[in-house]
Amino acid sequence: MALGKLFRTTAFKLSLAFLAVSALGAGMVLSVVAFEITALVDDETKQTIAAEADGLAEQYAQGGIRRLGFIIERRTHEPGSSLYLLTNFAGETLAGNIERLPPGVLDKPGFTETPYETTDDSATDRRALARIFVLPGGFRLLVGHDMRDRSRIGAVMVKALAISLVGLAVLGALGGLFVARRVLRRIDAMSSASRAIMAGDLTERLPVSGSGDELDRLAENLNDMLKRIGELMAGLREVSDNIAHDLRTPLTRLRNHAEAALRLEGDKQDYRAALERTIEESDGLIRIFNALLMIARAEAGADRSALTDFDIGEAASAVVELYEPAADDAGALLTAQIEPGIIARGNRELLSQSIANLIDNALKYGAPEPVLALAPPTAPGDYIRPTAPPRVEVDVIVRRGGDNVEIIIADHGPGIDAADRSRVLDRFVRLEGARTRPGSGLGLSLAAAVAHLHRGEVRLEDNAPGLRVVISLPARPAVLAEPGVQEASTPSAAAAL
Amino acid sequence: MSGMRILIIEDDRDAAAYLVKAFREVGHVADHAADGVTGYDLAREGGYDVAIVDRMLPKMDGLSLIGALRAQNVDTPTLILSALGQVDDRVKGLRAGGDDYLAKPYAFSELLARVDALARRRPKGASEETAYRIADLELDRLSHKVTRGGVEIVLQPREFRLLEYLMQHAGKVVTRTMLLENVWDYHFDPQTNVIDVHVSRLRAKIDKDFDPPLLHTVRGAGYMLRDGAR
Repeated sequence: MALGKLFRTTAFKLSLAFLAVSALGAGMVLSVVAFEITALVDDETKQTIAAEADGLAEQYAQGGIRRLGFIIERRTHEPGSSLYLLTNFAGETLAGNIERLPPGVLDKPGFTETPYETTDDSATDRRALARIFVLPGGFRLLVGHDMRDRSRIGAVMVKALAISLVGLAVLGALGGLFVARRVLRRIDAMSSASRAIMAGDLTERLPVSGSGDELDRLAENLNDMLKRIGELMAGLREVSDNIAHDLRTPLTRLRNHAEAALRLEGDKQDYRAALERTIEESDGLIRIFNALLMIARAEAGADRSALTDFDIGEAASAVVELYEPAADDAGALLTAQIEPGIIARGNRELLSQSIANLIDNALKYGAPEPVLALAPPTAPGDYIRPTAPPRVEVDVIVRRGGDNVEIIIADHGPGIDAADRSRVLDRFVRLEGARTRPGSGLGLSLAAAVAHLHRGEVRLEDNAPGLRVVISLPARPAVLAEPGVQEASTPSAAAAL
Repeated sequence: MSGMRILIIEDDRDAAAYLVKAFREVGHVADHAADGVTGYDLAREGGYDVAIVDRMLPKMDGLSLIGALRAQNVDTPTLILSALGQVDDRVKGLRAGGDDYLAKPYAFSELLARVDALARRRPKGASEETAYRIADLELDRLSHKVTRGGVEIVLQPREFRLLEYLMQHAGKVVTRTMLLENVWDYHFDPQTNVIDVHVSRLRAKIDKDFDPPLLHTVRGAGYMLRDGAR
């Protein structure tokens, strides 16, 4: 791990910042302590000076200036003595162990801090805390203490501060490096894992240390995201497999017809017929493509520009009206029971198309089975009765169901087995028996995708007998499904098809 | 209407060559521009009855091209050809100033019918007729009355709109898709012959008891309302 990289990490920078803050804190603590100790020492010194001054005052009261001078002379010769100076009105020294003072120090009575020189050693740079007394007759008395102790304490404090700062710096830098390395190692692991994932291995997951910290939470969230992407990819793969399978069949048919026409040794009329069949086949393919695109876009939540508030019942009856004559011609009965005034927000075109597809399905596959079936006896004397009316009957019902709008397309045909019901909502699934009839097998999937776009669902129910397809939508969905495919990506996809 | 001048702005040379040839075969004059800028220059010089504009073009895309033309007050009717066939794509195209929208792939008969319909369009702002008449069939748009030979024919509202659209485009081929889009406002393929049944019901009402037949089926293309005597 390069050191430069380490220094650039957020963890290291944070450590440095914390180090600076704690150094500042240590400095402040030591300064306060030093200040307090100095104040304490000064206080003690002042008390000592006061005590000595009291003693000297007593002597002065007993024997005047002469006795004071004598006592001072005697005390200065004791080891470790305090500082004394007694001067006359002319400023001449009468007694004491102070050699020299800056001028004017003795003029002000009271406590003062001053540099001084002693008689017994030549060391300069001495300072004293002293009290000046003015005595009658112009005599002045100074009683003081050397401040070496105090400056020694100051020096100790500075040294302590320096040592602790160095210690802090070393410890902080090491700690920062350690944390940075640790974090960096985990982040490196995460980024190498994500590189592997980007390289195509979607099964790879980011490492989770199990400590439950924020990096773990991030990794877990990213892993959930990867799982979701993986599911979508799997779905997409399944869909493209289905597309490949179910488009190959008509494409092969198309190719076969063209080849057969090439080999044909017929007249112009035969060639025309062959070409017309080819165009028919390709039209069928285009229809499948369109349906697939429509489903893809509905599932992706696109077509948002076409969202409007509209009367669902009115839309459904318009589709019924479109199909009614065709149903009538085919001998079928198409009826509508529409509850008026149900407004929903959605894509009218897509919903209309779904309803149209479902009506189309019902008309194609909803023919009752021409047999007499045993009905479960619901009343005494109820044995055998025809369960199916004699012709295709398709009911389109729009009604409120709780918070939902239900669009129901019901027939009385063979229905769909409960086991097959969820399967037929998938793309291209066409049950046995339906394979021989025209259709792309996309009608129900489109209805399901459109319902999903409207935050609703498609349910397949038993119409006893027959099939009931229920498109159940929230009455007024506030927001439609999450935005999906970006506008920019659709043209190429569409163009590719 | 034959002898129209049609401008085809399409970057796929094969498709363009096919269109030019096909339009010439039915008696129109067709020019081709292979990119948006050339197409814009040609269209601006004017003189075209219809411009067919591919949506994705080099140098200047189709919608910008139409927008630029409209900004220059060039109101040549335009039909947008596009691989993007969804409703919102269509809405965008029409909003950009296109007059019609056809998704690829298309049948030439469909394109031809739509180009014919566009070229016949009155200039924008002109008031629409309040009544149509073909032979002895009359449709009054204000009173919603239809008569043939003076006999009133009772039509359902949708049948009335169907007939209205056919009469607006009398003498022209009208395709099933055009009917579905303009009469029903649907843009999907209903898969079955629903439109044919509606047309045959209308035909039963306006043609069955009268002579000559006016509503004709054009094989492989659609329908046409036309005075058979002409």
